[in-house]
Amino acid sequence: MTRWIAFWNILLKDMRSYYLKPPNISWGLIFPLAWTAMFFIRSGSGLESIPMLLPGVMAVSVLFGTTSLLAVTVTFEKKGRSFERLLLAPISLEMLMLAKTTGAILFGVINAFVPVLIAVFVADLRGVAWGTVVSAVALIAVSSTFLGLFVAVSVSEVFEAQTFSNFIRFPMIFLCGLFFPVERLPVWLQPLSHALPLTYGVDLLHGAIRRAGRMPPALDFGVLAAFCVILFAASLRNIRRRWIA
Amino acid sequence: MTVPETETREESRPAIAVEGLAKSFGDVTAVASATFAVSESELFGFLGPNGAGKTTTINMLTGLARPDAGRIRIAGIDCSRNPKAAQHLVGVVPDESNLYPELTGFENLCFCASLHGMRKEPRRTRARELLAMFDLEEAANRKFAGYSKGMKRKLTIAAGIIHCPPILFLDEPTTGIDVASARQIRQLIADLHRNGTTIFLTTHYIEEAERLCDRIAFIVSGRVVHIDTVPNLIQPVRERHTMQIAFSKPAAGLGEKITGAFPDLDCSEPAGNAIRVESAEPIRVGPLVRFLEDLGLEVMEARRLRPSLEDVFIRITGLDAALMRKEKEKPGDAS
Ligand SMILES: Nc1ncnc2c1ncn2[C@@H]1O[C@H](COP(=O)(O)OP(=O)(O)OP(=O)(O)O)[C@@H](O)[C@H]1O
Ligand SMILES: [Mg+2]
Repeated sequence: MTRWIAFWNILLKDMRSYYLKPPNISWGLIFPLAWTAMFFIRSGSGLESIPMLLPGVMAVSVLFGTTSLLAVTVTFEKKGRSFERLLLAPISLEMLMLAKTTGAILFGVINAFVPVLIAVFVADLRGVAWGTVVSAVALIAVSSTFLGLFVAVSVSEVFEAQTFSNFIRFPMIFLCGLFFPVERLPVWLQPLSHALPLTYGVDLLHGAIRRAGRMPPALDFGVLAAFCVILFAASLRNIRRRWIA
Repeated sequence: MTVPETETREESRPAIAVEGLAKSFGDVTAVASATFAVSESELFGFLGPNGAGKTTTINMLTGLARPDAGRIRIAGIDCSRNPKAAQHLVGVVPDESNLYPELTGFENLCFCASLHGMRKEPRRTRARELLAMFDLEEAANRKFAGYSKGMKRKLTIAAGIIHCPPILFLDEPTTGIDVASARQIRQLIADLHRNGTTIFLTTHYIEEAERLCDRIAFIVSGRVVHIDTVPNLIQPVRERHTMQIAFSKPAAGLGEKITGAFPDLDCSEPAGNAIRVESAEPIRVGPLVRFLEDLGLEVMEARRLRPSLEDVFIRITGLDAALMRKEKEKPGDAS
């Protein structure tokens, strides 16, 4: 019980202090909308192209929604020493870091459904496998959050966290099969594409929204889950090594 | 060892037991093989100058830093391998306020209480109680970022004790705050002590340690050089007689002249216009003052000094206590 009270209050505090602040909410709405508009205009086609764009826009929204604030909720709090309070709390490091990341995960999931909410009014989404979409979005959110967490706990300064996460985010958008299908990437870039969690997430969404997945969904789910476990474990290891030195 | 120690619950079990604790940062040895034990309900002082290793020791004891070597037991629980094992028994007041600037005083306290698993109503009640106790009621709903240094300090202390921990670590609780607040905090520490809380207090205020602590450890350059009760520490200087003599102008180089004329006196020059003389025998003031006036000095004041822990500290550590105090009070040094 003690642990859950702490968990809930850490989550609630991050929500109130960071995620539910008006600038962040508007950013969370504008960003997916801007991406949708951009893709839509670029594709130059009619409303029937929406289901084709949707997986990419959702994936990007989740990626940015989850990773945008971790530099603040983690790196900045560490720098400002308030993170020490959390490290002194009688809860395990695993539990603590789950509490610190649940806000990001929720925010990412909500971000992903902003474009969906618009799409349902303008496009035909009857063929969509919603169950797979929801679980795919959840897994993409968890894996990108933990990727952001890994960056946030591997640096000491907030600007480093921001720079490094852009360093990872932007190439990932280009390599994950969102702009170009992975098969159309240069051969030497394709293995790199398969080393990115988002590739599997985007593939799942393509499969669920327009029956155009390249890999079996079970494989996508499995690889994404493995990314989640590895990134979380690596983040905890870094905290123990660098912050409880 | 036949009895598993975590199982034993005898009276004499120390609240904190440390053996061969060591920690280096690169070439810097922050703590070198410290060994000490703090009994239950004891107020234990950790006294040393800047960079002596006080904060590093607290960090290791509370799980914020990993020791290079040594064993730590908190309330009988071995924390050497799992630093989180005893955190539910411990409260920590860090040397710098580390609360959330964007939360109000009240919210900060409630949040800290929740980290220790306190439920909503009890933590709100306790937060209000502590805000009243520290005269912070009016600032309760203001953001922590806007608090003054002293208010920040007080709220940080309140946050450290909100869950009524049986063992409390206080890292320089009275540094950088006004006299009245410092007195209030000392009173609070004394009250907590009376109620049975085990307290580990680091400080550089020698008088504070002397007034509050049951036992004191002197730490210099990472080494615990001496541990004893306050009366035992003062014993050797109690038999000494000390006198401070002030002049109208600086009196450098006087020591040799005095010890030349009065071989049984020891002489030191603690500050500017004054000297301090010490002797195993009562000091006869008349001849000494006449001697000084014959040297052309104008004696403004001559008074006996009560033997204090400061003398012991200087004697044991070889450090200048006045210098240590000054170093600490550079503006902006403490928060
Ligand atoms: N994170 C760190 N990295 C490098 N050196 C450190 C670190 N923390 C402490 N030190 C060094 O270890 C030594 C002990 O520092 P510590 O903070 O424990 O001293 P202290 O007794 O608390 O001093 P103060 O009275 O100034 O608070 C110092 O030489 C300090 O420079
Ligand atoms: Mg210190």
